[in-house]
Amino acid sequence: MTRYSLTHVGTAALGCLAERTSAIALAVAVLATLLATSCSRKPESAPLPKPTAFGAAIIESSGGKQTAQTGSLLPQPVVVQVNDEQGTAVTGALVEFAAAPGVTFDPTNGLTDSSGQVTTNISLGGMAGRYQLTASTLDKSHKNVELKIEEIALGYQQTLGRHLNDQYCERCHNPESTVQRVSNFDNLDVKPHPFTEGDTLNKISDADLTAIISHGGPALNKSALMPAWGNTLSKSDIQALISYIRAISDPPSRSAGPVYAKN
Amino acid sequence: MNDKLTSLWQRLFGDSVRAFGVVSLIFLASLAIAPAKNFFSEWRHYQHGYLKMVRNRSDANTLQRHFQGGIQQVWLPELGVVDRCTSCHVGLKEASLTDVPTQPFRTHPAIPHKIEQFGCTVCHRGQGAATTLTEAHNSTLAWEQPILPAKYIESACGQCHRGSLPGTPQLNQGRNLLSRDGCVHCHTVKLPDGTIMKATDDPPSLSHIADKTSREWVYAWLKDPQAYASTSTMPNFKLSDDDARDMSAFLIANSTPLAGDTATLTAKASSDPAAGASLYGESFCASCHAVQNAAGNMVGGDVGPELTRVGSKVKPEWLQAWLRNPRTYDPGTAMPHYRLNDGQVATLSGFLLAKADSDLLANVHLEAATPEQITHGKRLVSDYGCASCHEIAGIKKPENFAPELSRIGSKPVTQLVFLPGMQHTLPDYIATKIKQPRSFGQGLKMPQYTFTPAQIDSLTTALLALNDRSNTLPASLAVGATPESDYQPAGKAGKLMTDLACFSCHRINGHGGDMAPDLTWEGSSVQREWLVQFFKNPGTLRPSLIRRMPRFNLTDGEVNELTDYIMTVYQNPVIDRESMPLSGYSQGQVELGKQLFYGKYSCQGCHIVDTKTDKGYIGPTLTHVGSRLSGAWVYQWMKNPQALRPGTAEPNRAMSDEDARALTAFLISQKGAAAKEVAKK
Repeated sequence: MTRYSLTHVGTAALGCLAERTSAIALAVAVLATLLATSCSRKPESAPLPKPTAFGAAIIESSGGKQTAQTGSLLPQPVVVQVNDEQGTAVTGALVEFAAAPGVTFDPTNGLTDSSGQVTTNISLGGMAGRYQLTASTLDKSHKNVELKIEEIALGYQQTLGRHLNDQYCERCHNPESTVQRVSNFDNLDVKPHPFTEGDTLNKISDADLTAIISHGGPALNKSALMPAWGNTLSKSDIQALISYIRAISDPPSRSAGPVYAKN
Repeated sequence: MNDKLTSLWQRLFGDSVRAFGVVSLIFLASLAIAPAKNFFSEWRHYQHGYLKMVRNRSDANTLQRHFQGGIQQVWLPELGVVDRCTSCHVGLKEASLTDVPTQPFRTHPAIPHKIEQFGCTVCHRGQGAATTLTEAHNSTLAWEQPILPAKYIESACGQCHRGSLPGTPQLNQGRNLLSRDGCVHCHTVKLPDGTIMKATDDPPSLSHIADKTSREWVYAWLKDPQAYASTSTMPNFKLSDDDARDMSAFLIANSTPLAGDTATLTAKASSDPAAGASLYGESFCASCHAVQNAAGNMVGGDVGPELTRVGSKVKPEWLQAWLRNPRTYDPGTAMPHYRLNDGQVATLSGFLLAKADSDLLANVHLEAATPEQITHGKRLVSDYGCASCHEIAGIKKPENFAPELSRIGSKPVTQLVFLPGMQHTLPDYIATKIKQPRSFGQGLKMPQYTFTPAQIDSLTTALLALNDRSNTLPASLAVGATPESDYQPAGKAGKLMTDLACFSCHRINGHGGDMAPDLTWEGSSVQREWLVQFFKNPGTLRPSLIRRMPRFNLTDGEVNELTDYIMTVYQNPVIDRESMPLSGYSQGQVELGKQLFYGKYSCQGCHIVDTKTDKGYIGPTLTHVGSRLSGAWVYQWMKNPQALRPGTAEPNRAMSDEDARALTAFLISQKGAAAKEVAKK
């Protein structure tokens, strides 16, 4: 708005000057309006495809709760499905995706395929944090039905933390095994907390987490199976690790900052 | 209308006093423009907004005290930085403002650098001197450097940091792809330190291709490399049928036979799939080669080519010669010389040849090539720059075949051609050029690659880091990469290690792969007898590993040669074998070590000493560690594992000398059943 205020001021000043003769003021106003409209042209958006069917509910098929670096593509696409009242997939329903500014969808909308699904590739915004995405469709009475999906964008510090997690922590703290990494979780008599376990970890302060990581479990009367990492990881490494743990915890940790949602 | 204008003129400028008055007013008004512009400036608007927001916060006093009004500026003459971004981005340095949803008032995310050190535009681009949002963030007529989209931000790190960093996976991947996927075969990339980026892939020589495969396969491959192997990095040149026909004609006609690269076996290619599969597994072929399984998933590594349809490609006699000794056909191959006997070659080749796809060549019917076709094919092979990547007898590697990319990250937008619908920015240009190179015009030669969207982002990030700033950086700011070592072991053992391709997996003195343990200090680490046995029959040290050391059919002489070399040359100066003998520890010390192992240090979380009670699955099994490692190594390892093997997951426990000695005594007493096992065999 402020961008044009100078022109408005000018218009007003000239208007006074010319007293009852409005011709100049009129000309300037026209000019200003032209200028304003030419500057604030909106990007054209492609017309929405016409839905051939309407569902009753929209559910997440896959792709929620992923982590990616700020601004970059999520590793997997997000797939949502539109169902009718009986829970059967609906083909040809229109699904639109929306989120906070900065998040991009490819595509931003689409008609459900023969299995009732729409797939979109998502790049998260430039701020680290939790992003709430909305997938919406219209039901038979043309009411909006919404689904909220959460994804997590990692900033520099959290990315560093994730790297350290992969190298040192994950093999015990992540109960899932992959082809590359067999989990040690089940082999431990005292089970470590998976880092997504927000219910427990959110209650432990940063200072306590730092103490446990630096001096091992016994520092806070926890299991000795958690070794001390204070001589292996630097202080900033441990901070990075904690910021990663806060970023991925579920339910979200308050210290991870705001949730970015559609406004 | 005319009358009105005339009367207006009369009223304003009718007499000289009146005219003077009007002109003076206009003059005064114009004088007011500058202060008005200042008063209504955007940065004031943002600063007011900031103060208003801060007022309601609990830490309002601190924030207000930190606040400095007016235009703020970071001036770094050495970097050519005049950044006024902090005039609007007021909260960047306030640690408490992490809960502000968006800029300009939010805290800057934690990074290792300070704003005073580098300013903003060194990383984010944009116009630092500008004081309005549009001019600072977007392209204008006078300034064409828009803000860098967040997804490419790691390119900024790459301007100074020339090696890989743990916090910049995307940049690391992009740089890796540039050299790994062959970009730098055609495009020269002069790095700021004066070196030229080297390709790390090894495209095969085509000088003897007719020994290896048929013309039909070459034709099908040229038409669509991914139809043969979906993981292939060979790009698609979008050749017409005729061009592919002529190029395949030339390549086959140009090929000369190579002595020894085809073999006649005493044993016939066996058709025992079970024996083949088990030999394929035992030899750990899958550590390097992938095969697509029935579910469509790739199983295996990506060091060597995918083998899903290898039976449709290679000639049996070539494959057998290759399995017997790959170094005859390609002296520089990363594949080890396994020393397979004829029976094993027959079994394995039979197993691999069965991996065929009858559809692949079903529709390829080529007539015998005419001399014109061969001549035309040769011209096409030169035109498409095939020799940039592949060695082809009679065709020289073209120089400067494609545009140099050393400063691509600073290319002015005015010099770029954009496709309709594209954003007019450099990152978008680079990304689209990688994604669909041929769409930019007729007659362009760059082929179609099969990069994923994430890979394209990575490549774009790495290319954006190659810019004017990275090339003109003050030397004091550049953080060099660890130079790639070209270490080669000497003598007979050195030749043997090259033949076995040890460096494809192991790293020694900074040279080699990272699939298997670093062997730089191996001579100080292990016991000679154990190493001899390990070469003969490599067991599994780490139960959780999928990739393992394959078994080579080494002769006793070869095993001795290797063992002697490793035990004498790969010594760590800190480790003195005599200081910690392999026996003679008191029972008390061993007991103390045991208590420390299970109590204070809880080593059983990751290691197994007693297979009945311990379940740790991360570190190596220690049941017979006393027959494997030297006492001095174990002791030093306890003291500081990262000093012996940087990056190892074993934490440094800062142990006292007594603890380390007791644990060493306990571990060295674990001779396990190893001695018995060896005796049994």
